Amino acid sequence: MVQSEQERILRNPKFQELVRTRSGFAWTLAAVMLAIYLGFIFLVAFAHDLMAAKVGGGVTSVGIVLGVVVIVSAFLLTGIYVQRANGRFDELTRDLQKDIA
Amino acid sequence: MRRLSLATGAGLAGFLGTHAVAWAAGAVEGDVQKQSLNIAAIAMFFLFVVGTLFITYRAAASSKSAADFYAAGGGITGFQNGLAIAGDYMSAASFLGISGLVFASGFDGLIYSIGFLVGWPIVLFLIAERLRNLGKFTFADVASFRLDQTQIRILSATGTLVVVAFYLIAQMVGAGKLIQLLFGLDYLYAVVIVGALMIVYVAFGGMKATTWVQIIKACLLLAGATFMALAVLWHFGFSPEAMFAEAVRVHPRGDAIMAPGQMVADPVSAISLGLALMFGTAGLPHILMRFFTVSDAKAARKSVFYATGFIAYFYILTFIIGFGAITFLMVDPAYYSVGAGGAYNKIAGLLGGTNMAAVHLANAVGGSLFLGFISAVAFATILAVVAGLTLSGASAVSHDLYAEVFARGRADERKEVNISKASAVVIGIVAIVLGYVFENQNVAFMVGLAFAVAASCNFPVLLMSTMWKGCTTRGAMWGGFLGLTSAVVMVVLSKAVWVQTFGNKAALFPYDNPALFSMTIAFGGIWLFSKLDASQRAKNEVASYDAQYVRSETGIGAASAHIH
Repeated sequence: MVQSEQERILRNPKFQELVRTRSGFAWTLAAVMLAIYLGFIFLVAFAHDLMAAKVGGGVTSVGIVLGVVVIVSAFLLTGIYVQRANGRFDELTRDLQKDIA
Repeated sequence: MRRLSLATGAGLAGFLGTHAVAWAAGAVEGDVQKQSLNIAAIAMFFLFVVGTLFITYRAAASSKSAADFYAAGGGITGFQNGLAIAGDYMSAASFLGISGLVFASGFDGLIYSIGFLVGWPIVLFLIAERLRNLGKFTFADVASFRLDQTQIRILSATGTLVVVAFYLIAQMVGAGKLIQLLFGLDYLYAVVIVGALMIVYVAFGGMKATTWVQIIKACLLLAGATFMALAVLWHFGFSPEAMFAEAVRVHPRGDAIMAPGQMVADPVSAISLGLALMFGTAGLPHILMRFFTVSDAKAARKSVFYATGFIAYFYILTFIIGFGAITFLMVDPAYYSVGAGGAYNKIAGLLGGTNMAAVHLANAVGGSLFLGFISAVAFATILAVVAGLTLSGASAVSHDLYAEVFARGRADERKEVNISKASAVVIGIVAIVLGYVFENQNVAFMVGLAFAVAASCNFPVLLMSTMWKGCTTRGAMWGGFLGLTSAVVMVVLSKAVWVQTFGNKAALFPYDNPALFSMTIAFGGIWLFSKLDASQRAKNEVASYDAQYVRSETGIGAASAHIH
């Protein structure tokens, strides 16, 4: 890649939009995942009674339900990111490639 | 605080047996008793070996270039790679260790599963696409993109080989214990069979064969686990509530299995472990290498999506299998060593130990033929994981150390591949020897250590060099080596090694896992020594960030030659 082409890409508003929206989105999702996980660990460590509480009068505990929720949310978050990336972000990248071609 | 630690201390002691086991990738710890010869299992494992050797033969015929050898020519699809990543990641520890942990303590097993899973979204959001856009064969390609080739490659190769070594030892010892339990063969057979087969897969078939071994193993493991979980749920009319109720009724700990036990008694250790699991995943060299087998960033992100789905599904199955084992096995003395008067310990008395819970359950729901199938799959699982590890270790030696450091980037491609094959042979032989030497050692801490090193050396260097413009070679070197050594030193001084292996009285490092501290040291070190670096080289490196940035974000130029 030559210097001028690189400059052109860096100054291209589409590149700037792509990088800004995608990195914002990725860091937000990463923070959400970290918060969900650490939140779960903190509940396990400090809120034993809440985690042991029963759901709907049966034996299933709040902890088990929350645990499954954490597992499912990890999968959903990757799904949300891939959906967005394969749509909006790839579209921006293609536009950008057309611009500099 | 003091009262808290006393109260939990007693419980922790009882818990450590199973806790340590979940860490052993090979899944089996301590003394095991050789079982009687299991012909069905051996026959099915033999079928797996014949099938995978045939694939290796085909792959060898079509692998010609370095790109074929290291990255399967970039021709793996996102879905296939997702399966292969899942295959690389779902070790025997995940299957036998975590279902055994659920069997022994219920809810606590879930905490481990979750820790192993939540690193995947992080890999996707921060690592996968940049890795594909910047790299060629190893993650060192990415970390050294604009930094000093020689130094960063030495650092990355060291990080890779340390992780691979600890992981391999745990796997080899686990394989040896498992073969006694599952096939009724001697320890040494396992170590030699695993070592020899992994040499053949990697040296002849390269990444193509290794990938297909992973895919086949992942399918077999998922199919077997699905069958077991469905059989358990079917028994309870597909009502998890009914299954939990029965488990609470028969488990000696009763309703306590539905709530957190002693596992997160110490929040610092828990957070530290959590960080190691989460960010260690994003620094495991054999996993990172898988992103170079797909054609572009889009396929790379798809592969993480599929992998996360498969791994999440697998851990939910493991949880059901653990509870199923409670309900099916604890009421049946046939699975226990029964003492005088017909009394038996419902947890510790399980034949072969709690790690055999899933294997016994296979017999309970599917008879002896299915037991053989699950045993064969468990052993094949180890084989697939070690093949992936060997390939990434061999690549670090040939592609990073030989081609870039020793030959200064002027290596002949054919020679580089030959060196990689020779390295695979050497790593295989070393693994056999280490597996033999460590037979009676406590290796449970080694997988934890591998994750801690990956999180404290590989991951910080990779993240900072790609995301922080100010990162320089000096910063990455200091930060990376400080992270690596502090992780190793803290593990050596912790209870698992200092007390349980060396027999000292008290641990010098009070927590089970070093990641919280060693990651801080690594990131802090990279930042500090980059800031202090006023050399001309540092200025050039900062100036060349833009080119790297454009390519890492867009993939533009990714197909063309490396810029240095």
